[in-house]
Amino acid sequence: MCMKRIDDIPVGGQSAVTVRGLVKHYGETKALDGVDLDVREGTVMGVLGPNGAGKTTLVRILSTLITPDAGRATVAGYDVVRQPRQLRRTIGLTGQYASVDEKLPGWENLYLIGRLLDLSRKDARTRADELLERFSLTEAARRPAGTYSGGMRRRLDLAASMIGRPAVLYLDEPTTGLDPRTRNEVWDEVKAMVGEGVTVLLTTQYMEEAEQLASELTVVDRGKVIAKGGIEELKARVGGRTLRVRPVDPLELRPLAGMLDELGITGLAATTVDAETGTLLVPVLSDEQLTAVVGAVTARGITLSSITTELPSLDEVFLSLTGHRASAPQDTAPADDRQEVAV
Amino acid sequence: MSSATLSPAAAKADTPISVRAHLRHTGALIRRNLLWIRQDPESMFDAILFPVVFTLLFVYVFGGSIGQSLGGGQDRYVQYVIPGLLAMMGMNMAQGVGTGFNQDFNSGVMDRFRSLPIGRGSVLFAKIAVELMRMLFASAVLMVVALLVGYDVHSWSGLLASVALSAVFGSALMWVFLTLGVVMKSAQSVQAMGFLVLMPLQFGSSIFAPTASMPGWLQAFTDYNPLSSLADSARALMEGGTDSHALWVTLIWSVGLTAVMAPVAVHKFRTKS
Repeated sequence: MCMKRIDDIPVGGQSAVTVRGLVKHYGETKALDGVDLDVREGTVMGVLGPNGAGKTTLVRILSTLITPDAGRATVAGYDVVRQPRQLRRTIGLTGQYASVDEKLPGWENLYLIGRLLDLSRKDARTRADELLERFSLTEAARRPAGTYSGGMRRRLDLAASMIGRPAVLYLDEPTTGLDPRTRNEVWDEVKAMVGEGVTVLLTTQYMEEAEQLASELTVVDRGKVIAKGGIEELKARVGGRTLRVRPVDPLELRPLAGMLDELGITGLAATTVDAETGTLLVPVLSDEQLTAVVGAVTARGITLSSITTELPSLDEVFLSLTGHRASAPQDTAPADDRQEVAV
Repeated sequence: MSSATLSPAAAKADTPISVRAHLRHTGALIRRNLLWIRQDPESMFDAILFPVVFTLLFVYVFGGSIGQSLGGGQDRYVQYVIPGLLAMMGMNMAQGVGTGFNQDFNSGVMDRFRSLPIGRGSVLFAKIAVELMRMLFASAVLMVVALLVGYDVHSWSGLLASVALSAVFGSALMWVFLTLGVVMKSAQSVQAMGFLVLMPLQFGSSIFAPTASMPGWLQAFTDYNPLSSLADSARALMEGGTDSHALWVTLIWSVGLTAVMAPVAVHKFRTKS
């Protein structure tokens, strides 16, 4: 395999994670197709992309769970292929599917990881107590993790990945499947950890999550990096916003969506109905469009209970950066086939 | 590839894991598997029910007639079948290892273990250690039932030696089932596979009945079946003697299976993605 010379690693370990030309194929599927990435020490790098973009494959290679087909990657100076054991000592992993032992009580989960990380019995005990306290799980310490709520389980998962005081923490879609309140809880915990100087590699499908946590963003699609830069920079490039409109009468949702479509008031993506929250998501590109939406609603005599502006959805980011929808072959997929991305 | 531009840490080879660290990790994982049992005591039911049900079934259903052909009665059969059942205990426990490990592997916690700086074999060693404990427990239950149905212990040291031999052979088989557990996709298929392999091996052996009355082709099979050797060894030991041929065959099978399958299991576990 062809390895590039790495000439641009700043001396003194400024770059905590360095990835060059990383390739991983599964048969015909190119999960990673030549990915370059740098995460500077003490920063949060968001890797944004739809399902199947290669985010999890990247995290699994960087955690030494799988080996790359080509290219190279180092974490804290250790090579993922040649020095997996030293590398594992420097990382913490929080998977997409909460990776705690559901049959073990919370405390036992943490104690076990402590022992596996070569802490003495006493230190492992102290560390388990400390972290349970820190993640507000002390009361649930003796209950099997299987009985925890989704948010508690994610917190336990975060606690487990913090036991070895890792220099680099991987958060693989830390809030996928959580309700908004729990999601905020997890965000707060992550922010606190970042405050303590941990370097974080965060994968996410949510622009909002990236904005909340990451300082820099790499957008990936089908195994390739399609954009990278600061959050503000990328937001400026995308340019769009999403209006979240909630009519008082949920029955007005669909007529309202139809009306806006007819008037052609839309950003890059189509207007979508979020039936669960009884709101309509309207992408807009300018203040004029925003005003036009409000005008149209008023003219139709529909009463609104709320209207808020949000960041562009993943779909919009993708449309503006690539001209096609997230992971759909070109732009043939109808809007209602897409999953709800920005919750 | 050039390493001149890498940081100094990258120039060093990967650090090995010391034996003490291995033991510590395995110990911590044994604790995990024992806590599972405490959390879910029902998981011990098979270790209690299996010896009870099989002993009662074989002694009272087949005991009379097979005993007669042995030149005695049911008592004669009790003496014959108990060492066989003891030998079988290892097998049934070994089969469970594959299923349990498959379920364990498909849960997210395995990814966490595999991302920790531990020897990946520790996870497998811990599983085998706990299953051996379960097996010893099942053997103790079997002996209690055996005494209740009138088993006459001729040699206590022979009995202990039989239990040990059964454990050695059982742990060798556990590596086979652990490999299946890692390689196969679902716990159900592991179980079905285990059943398909073990059923003919168990019944096509001298565990439950003497092979003398079996047809020639089947005898040829039972003669080479390691379960026959294990059952014959246990039978001889518990009667206070030794069947050195059967004993050697059993030991060679145990060592051979372990030598081949343990590295395969660890390798499959290490490289599975």
